[in-house]
Amino acid sequence: MSSSTIDIKPAQIVKQSLPWSLWLRQIRAIFRLEIEKNFLGRRSILLYLLALLPVAPLVLLAPFTPPGREWQDFNQYNMIFAIYYGGLILRTVVFFGCAWIFMNLFRGDIIDRSLHFYFLSPVRREVLVVGKYISGLVTSIILFTATTVLSMLLLYLPHFYSESSRYFLDGQGFWQMLTYAGITILACVGYGAFFLVVGLFFRNPIIPAILLYGWEWLNFLMPPLLKKISVIHYLNSLAPVPVYEGPFAVPALPTPAWIAVPSLIAVTVLVLIVASYRIRHMEIRYGGD
Amino acid sequence: MSEAKPKLGSPPDIIRNSQSEIRNSEMIIFNDVSKFYGEILGVNRVNLQIDTGITSLVGPNGAGKSTLMNLMTGLLRPSRGDITILGIPTDQPEQLFRKLGYCAQFDSFPRGLTGREFIQSFLLVHGFSRKKAEEFTVTALERVSLLEAGNRKVAAYSKGMRQRIRLAQAIAHQPAVLILDEPLNGLDPMVRAETIALFRKLAADGLHLIISSHILHEVDMMSDRVILLNNGYVVAEGNVHGVRDEMEEHPMQILIRCDKPAKLAARVFDKDHVVEARLHDDRLGLFVKTRDADRFYLLLNRVVAEGEINIESIAPVDDDLSAVYQYLIGSEGSSS
Repeated sequence: MSSSTIDIKPAQIVKQSLPWSLWLRQIRAIFRLEIEKNFLGRRSILLYLLALLPVAPLVLLAPFTPPGREWQDFNQYNMIFAIYYGGLILRTVVFFGCAWIFMNLFRGDIIDRSLHFYFLSPVRREVLVVGKYISGLVTSIILFTATTVLSMLLLYLPHFYSESSRYFLDGQGFWQMLTYAGITILACVGYGAFFLVVGLFFRNPIIPAILLYGWEWLNFLMPPLLKKISVIHYLNSLAPVPVYEGPFAVPALPTPAWIAVPSLIAVTVLVLIVASYRIRHMEIRYGGD
Repeated sequence: MSEAKPKLGSPPDIIRNSQSEIRNSEMIIFNDVSKFYGEILGVNRVNLQIDTGITSLVGPNGAGKSTLMNLMTGLLRPSRGDITILGIPTDQPEQLFRKLGYCAQFDSFPRGLTGREFIQSFLLVHGFSRKKAEEFTVTALERVSLLEAGNRKVAAYSKGMRQRIRLAQAIAHQPAVLILDEPLNGLDPMVRAETIALFRKLAADGLHLIISSHILHEVDMMSDRVILLNNGYVVAEGNVHGVRDEMEEHPMQILIRCDKPAKLAARVFDKDHVVEARLHDDRLGLFVKTRDADRFYLLLNRVVAEGEINIESIAPVDDDLSAVYQYLIGSEGSSS
């Protein structure tokens, strides 16, 4: 060890620039570390498989048109995708994908016993929450909007190529695609914040995740007031093609976009404040976790 | 209205207070700190003032050493009392960790990083510019002799290398306080010696080093003071010799090598502070147990001056950390 060559002196108080610029630098550094973990870590394998789940059947169906009248009619593809999106992509892939990504942001570090490295840095815990949340958000948005867009293209293009091309380039298809992508992004924002908090409060976050899953699935049976205490209600309200929810569904007016979007964002901010409070008072005791 | 004037020779309150604040801002202070894990005691009623230099925490398993370190770094919060590190409360990580580095006992790392990336990434999290982070990374890697291995994945490191990369990470941002939980674990003898030399260098540079170790002779060798813990309580603190001196219930043992031990025994035995005098097996030395080592040494001075007995050497037998540990903590468990 070359202890004789380099001098380390006690750190001097360095005048920091405005806290905002320091926080932004710190968020960027946390984001970089986390995004690499999210995309390249061993936990990401499950994520890729989940993201491919809706794409794989459509790839298999691409060479031939499935039996059934609705598959022969281009005008029915709107509804087919709406059902496919609502049932598989939004309620399953995005939901569980966000659960996996966001619950692991802190819980994963606790399991790996590496969270203390962040706690031993001169970072406001709120900044840590924001940095990690943004990394989870970017990961989920990239993966699941790609899944959404790819699924839509794979549903339309192989079967009605020329109609689909016109639909996406000149018709309303492109806007529908953007709307679905937007709903996916909002789902990541809302579910992400929820699962981040769940990962902080519960040692085994699977149980609250399953409870929320049940709540979201049974949303169509709930009275209008209860419907509004869910993420899926606001996301469904934004859907470009309304889907018939069955004879037992309790009808409720969709929430207008100008209320749905800000409401979701406001709830997300509130949930992140709860997460920040929790992380500010958190102790590191890996043995107890 | 009459104003009270400060007495001559005693500084006014405002000066005294500011002097005490300045002093506090240079020390690590535990003020009646307790930590309970539910019903289980971590540490209880700890009051300490730790100055610069190397301070070692010693005690058996479960004595509370790691709890004390985790409390100092804010990873744990005290159930009662408060701690300040150079005047900064431990619940303010933004200020605290600009001055404090902690090499924890957890042998784990963020996955997939090389040694260099590991250190640099967390320097960036500190808020350093990329250039500064790179510079500090190289310096830290050099200090622990891992510059060449820096580009290898941490997962491929040996235990000793992992220990050193953690140490490098703790010192990379050039803290004023360094807390090291068992930093010598897993190091081979050569690297141990180099690491101890590094600690000494850092202490000489004016850093506070708080180290826990279970190798008593190494602690003895490198520490300026020790804190002995047992069952969550501070049993003793201070300079090892000072602590030993205060243990009146255990008289100090001294071995005197001389040509006439029997005569020396007769000379010292009638002194009230001498508890026991016993000839060495080879009959060329005398073991003496005394309650007052200073008075005994004065007596020996007189004996030497008289010239009757030729004294070759005087060596305290139990004036070290092992003896202090044995007396205070005893055979309840080995230090760890």
